[in-house]
Amino acid sequence: MSIVFQKPESLTEKTTIFCPGCSHGIIHRLVGEALDELELRETAVGVAPVGCAVLLYEYFRTDIVEAPHGRAPALATGIKRVRPDLTVFSYQGDGDLASIGMGEIMHAANRGEMITVIFVNNANYGMTGGQMAPTTLPGQRTTTTPTGRDCAAHGSPFRMAEIMGALEPVVYSARVSAATPAKIMKAKRAIKKAFQNQKDKKGFSFVEVLSTCPTNWGMTPLDAVQFVEKDMEAYYPLGVFKDADGGDK
Amino acid sequence: MSKKVLMKGNEAIAEASIRAGLAGYFGYPITPQNEFTSYMSYHMPAKGRAFVQAESEVAAINMVYGAAATGCRVMTSSSSPGIALMQEAISYMCGAEVPAVIVNIMRGGPGLGNIGPSQGDYNQATRGGGNGDYKMIVYAPSTVQEAVDLTYNAFDVADKYKIPVFILGDGALGQMAEPVLLPEEKPEMKGDQGWGLSGAKGRDPRAVMSLRLAEGELRKHNWDLVSKFEKITEAETKYELTDTDYDVLIAAFGTSARVAKTAIRQLKEQGIKAALFRPITICPFPYAALAEAAKKAKKVLVAEMNTGQMLFDVKVAVEGAVPVEFMGCPGGESFSPEEITAKIKEMQG
Ligand SMILES: Cc1ncc(C[n+]2csc(CCOP(=O)(O)OP(=O)(O)O)c2C)c(N)n1
Ligand code: SF4
Ligand SMILES: [Mg+2]
Repeated sequence: MSIVFQKPESLTEKTTIFCPGCSHGIIHRLVGEALDELELRETAVGVAPVGCAVLLYEYFRTDIVEAPHGRAPALATGIKRVRPDLTVFSYQGDGDLASIGMGEIMHAANRGEMITVIFVNNANYGMTGGQMAPTTLPGQRTTTTPTGRDCAAHGSPFRMAEIMGALEPVVYSARVSAATPAKIMKAKRAIKKAFQNQKDKKGFSFVEVLSTCPTNWGMTPLDAVQFVEKDMEAYYPLGVFKDADGGDK
Repeated sequence: MSKKVLMKGNEAIAEASIRAGLAGYFGYPITPQNEFTSYMSYHMPAKGRAFVQAESEVAAINMVYGAAATGCRVMTSSSSPGIALMQEAISYMCGAEVPAVIVNIMRGGPGLGNIGPSQGDYNQATRGGGNGDYKMIVYAPSTVQEAVDLTYNAFDVADKYKIPVFILGDGALGQMAEPVLLPEEKPEMKGDQGWGLSGAKGRDPRAVMSLRLAEGELRKHNWDLVSKFEKITEAETKYELTDTDYDVLIAAFGTSARVAKTAIRQLKEQGIKAALFRPITICPFPYAALAEAAKKAKKVLVAEMNTGQMLFDVKVAVEGAVPVEFMGCPGGESFSPEEITAKIKEMQG
C-alpha cells in the first residue's frame, strides 16, 4: 500500500492555535509541502511575523527567528547576505507587511533580495482583535472602522502583489486564494514556484494569499470563505503580476 | 611586527572590526559616523563579505538581528538619532540573546540637535534603552587606539555572553586622526557557534526569539538575564585610576576623560593633587572600584559632555562618603582643560 497523504516533514506534530476556519493553518501546510518537495527543509530559515503566525517556530520543523513587528524582510536580508547557502523565507500578515513593515518589504524587494515572502492578506489585524489593516476593503467594518472603511479618511487598500510586481528586481509576484480546494492547489503551485526561484538563485519572490479570519469578521467559516471569493477576490484579482520566466499569466 | 598607521577614529574602529572576523555590516548614513559606513562599503565587498546600506536604521539593526541569529559575526554603526531608532530591535536581541557589536558615535541632542561631539546618550546606553528589563555591555573608549582594542575584543565578549555590546564614542573620537597599532587579522567568523540558525540538517530545529508565553517562563528568563549580567560585571568591568595620591578625584569617561587628563597635568604643575577615575565599561559600571577610590579623596568632580548622567552612578558609588560636584557641557560641545582646572580650584575654595 502506498501513502497518499501525510503530514509534511517540514511541519511539527503540534496542534495549531488557529481559530476554526482560519487560513493560516492551510498556508502553513502549503509552505511545508513546498519545502518538502523541493528538499529545502534542511537549509530553511523562516522569519516569523508579529501577528497570529507569531508561533511559526512551534509549527515548522525548520530553524526560525522571530522578528519585531514588520521587520521580517530586514532580518531575512541579514540572514541571506551572510549565509547565501540558506533558504530564507518570511511569513507575514497584512498589518505586519503592508503597514508597519511597508518600508522593509519595499526595500528588500527593490534590492532583489534572494528570499521568498509569503504574505497572508486577511483584510484585518487578526491577533489584536480585528482592527483595520491597510488591506481592509472599502466599506468593511472592523473594530476601528465601526461604520465601515471610509477611503476618504483611511486611504484605499494596498494591492501588494501588483506593487511588488511593478518593482524592477522582483522576479515573481502572484496573488492566490485559500478559498476553495481548487484555488488552494493553485496557491500551492505559486508558493512552490516562489521557493524554486530561490533554489535556482533567481531572486525575490512574493506570494500574496487571500485568507479568512472568521473570528474577527464575525462570520462562520463557510461565510468567511464566501467573503474571500466574492468580496476580496473582486478587489484583489488573482493572478501572476510578474514572472521573470515569462510563465503563465 | 606591524607599525602604527594614522587613521580617523571611525575608520580605525571599522578596520578593527573587519580584523576581528566581521562577516556582515549593515548601516545607514549619519554624521559624525559617515566615514564608518563608507569604509565598510569598500572593504567588506572587497573581501567578499556582506555590506548593505539599509533603508533606515530600523532596517539596519533588524538586518543585524537576522544575521546575528545565524551566529555570524556582524555589526552596525550610527549616531544618536539613528541609535534611538534601533532600540526596538536591540531589546529583541537582548531578549533573544544574540551577540553583535553596535557603535554609537554620539552627537548633540535631543532631537536632531547638532553634529558636535556629545555624551548625551549615556543614560540610554547604560539603562537598556528599549522596552523591558535588560542591560548591555557598554565600552567608552577615550582614544582611537583604545577604541580599536576594545572593539576588536568586543566581538569575543559579545559571543561569549550572547549579548549586544556597545562601543560608545562621540564625534570627537570618530573624527580625530591618531596613530594606531592595528590588531592581527582573524579569519571571517561565519559559523553557527553551536546555537545559530544554519538549517536543521541532522539536528533539532532551533528558534531564536524573545516571545516567552508559558507561565513563569518570562519571569525566569528575566532573572536569568540578571544572573548573566552579574557574571559579566564580575569578569568584564574595566576602569582606569591614574594615581594613588590625590585630594581631588575627577570621574569622567571617553572624550571628557581625555580633557580631564590634560587638566590634571596642569593642576599638578600648580601643586594640586588630582587623579582621574575613568570607567572604561560604563555598563557594568565600576561601582566598587569607584567607592574605594573616592574614599581617598576630599572631593569628587564629575565632568561630562551632558547635563549630568553618569553623575547619578557616581553618587550611587560614593554613597555620600565625600562631596560630589558636577560640571557639564551639553549641546555638542566640550569643555577645555582650563575650565576643569578653574572648577577644581573653585571647589578647593
Ligand atoms: C511595535 C508593535 N506594535 C504593535 C503591536 C501589536 N500587534 C500585534 S499583532 C498586530 C497586527 C497583526 O496583524 P497582521 O499582520 O494582519 O496579522 P494577522 O494576525 O492578521 O495574521 C499588532 C498591531 C506589536 N506587537 N508591536
Ligand atoms: S484571529 Fe483570525 S487570523 Fe487569527 S487565528 Fe483566528 S481566524 Fe486566524
Ligand atoms: Mg491580518
